[in-house]
Amino acid sequence: MADKKKPLYKEFTKGLIKENPVLRLVLGTCPTLAVTTSVESAIGMGLSASFVLICSNIVISALRKLIPDKVRIPCYIVVIASFTTIVQMLVKAFLPDIDKQLGVYLPLIVVNCIIFGRAEAYAGKNRVIASAVDGVGMGVGFTIALFLMGAVREFFGSGAFYGHKIFPESMPAMTVFILAPGGFFVFGLLMACANKLAEKKGVPKAELKGCEACPMAQSCKIALIDKEKCEENTVKEATAE
Amino acid sequence: MKDYGFFAIILTGIFTNNYILSKFLGICPFLGVSKKTKTAVGMSLAVIFVMVMATAATYPLNTFLDKHDLSYLQTIVFILVIATLVQFVEITLRKFIPSLYSALGIYLPLITTNCAILGVTILNIDEQLSYGQSLVNAVACGLGYLVAMVMFSGVRERLESAEIPKFLKGLPSTLVAASLVSLSFLGFTGLVEGIFG
Repeated sequence: MADKKKPLYKEFTKGLIKENPVLRLVLGTCPTLAVTTSVESAIGMGLSASFVLICSNIVISALRKLIPDKVRIPCYIVVIASFTTIVQMLVKAFLPDIDKQLGVYLPLIVVNCIIFGRAEAYAGKNRVIASAVDGVGMGVGFTIALFLMGAVREFFGSGAFYGHKIFPESMPAMTVFILAPGGFFVFGLLMACANKLAEKKGVPKAELKGCEACPMAQSCKIALIDKEKCEENTVKEATAE
Repeated sequence: MKDYGFFAIILTGIFTNNYILSKFLGICPFLGVSKKTKTAVGMSLAVIFVMVMATAATYPLNTFLDKHDLSYLQTIVFILVIATLVQFVEITLRKFIPSLYSALGIYLPLITTNCAILGVTILNIDEQLSYGQSLVNAVACGLGYLVAMVMFSGVRERLESAEIPKFLKGLPSTLVAASLVSLSFLGFTGLVEGIFG
């Protein structure tokens, strides 16, 4: 994994487009759908998650030789949860409006698959600087995806951009876009656009990889049996007895 | 919601505040494990089970933390307790109730990092429910999870054989289908207020 010849800027840029955590790897879907009702909360979420991601990447990477392999998952959870608590306190103290908008999703950064996935796939195996850069790239990629979602949903749903009205009051906005169905719909269309671009570049479409993308894959029996056929195996195992 | 009693909590959890379709909690398994109805049911049952266990364990702990002015430790304590609990439940089931283990056990590791579980424990406390109400709420939200998963797995089985425009094939079509299912649940808005208000 640790490719020392690879220049650092590539670690950064891969998170933006080629391996964008939301649009290419399909990770962290819950916050992507939940907090993108406005640009402001989308950026707030993106930056908070990025902060946790960068810090936890640095700490986990620095401790990677100290953490025994068998208990690495609880260790990662503690590190990530600590930084999530720090972010929670900072946001509560300095940005109370954002705190209200994010609500329960702020503490839920701790179970964000992107952060856990990066710890497992990258920070636990690579040098500190590379891990930090990887965290920055993935964080920015996540924020960009959230920003796109937020911009589209706020534009159609409340006729505004970053709180500034664009449409006149006489034109009613399509409120459904800031409700739950709009979230799924905009995400679906954004995904279709990302797939279209990917097709042009000749790279495979983004697909839910099921177990492979899941950060728990290593400890999970379904994934251990056969990564590709995990769903079929799940059924077989479930009906075995 | 507090004043309406248990039945209202159950209706709210299943229909108006469905965790998947209106609160976006636990989306990863919703999209990942809903291809077949059987896996969807197994996963949801495991979720209900762990939701109730997690609520039962974290609620008293939170009272303890509050008492000693340690409420800033909430997130870290909750996630650790849930992770430990899931491991513990898995070991216990394997040893003592193998039949239940073979049905639910394989889904358990997936659930540790499921935001619906941590979400329900934190929301119970944010909404200042009592211990009994929290447990009922956990069951209700779990049932809502089951309803959404089973419904959506049905939709997806139909989607497999449907003719889909090329640019929507794969994940985008799944998301648009989820949007339509979620739109139908929007129709339940005001249901609880209508019955009990």
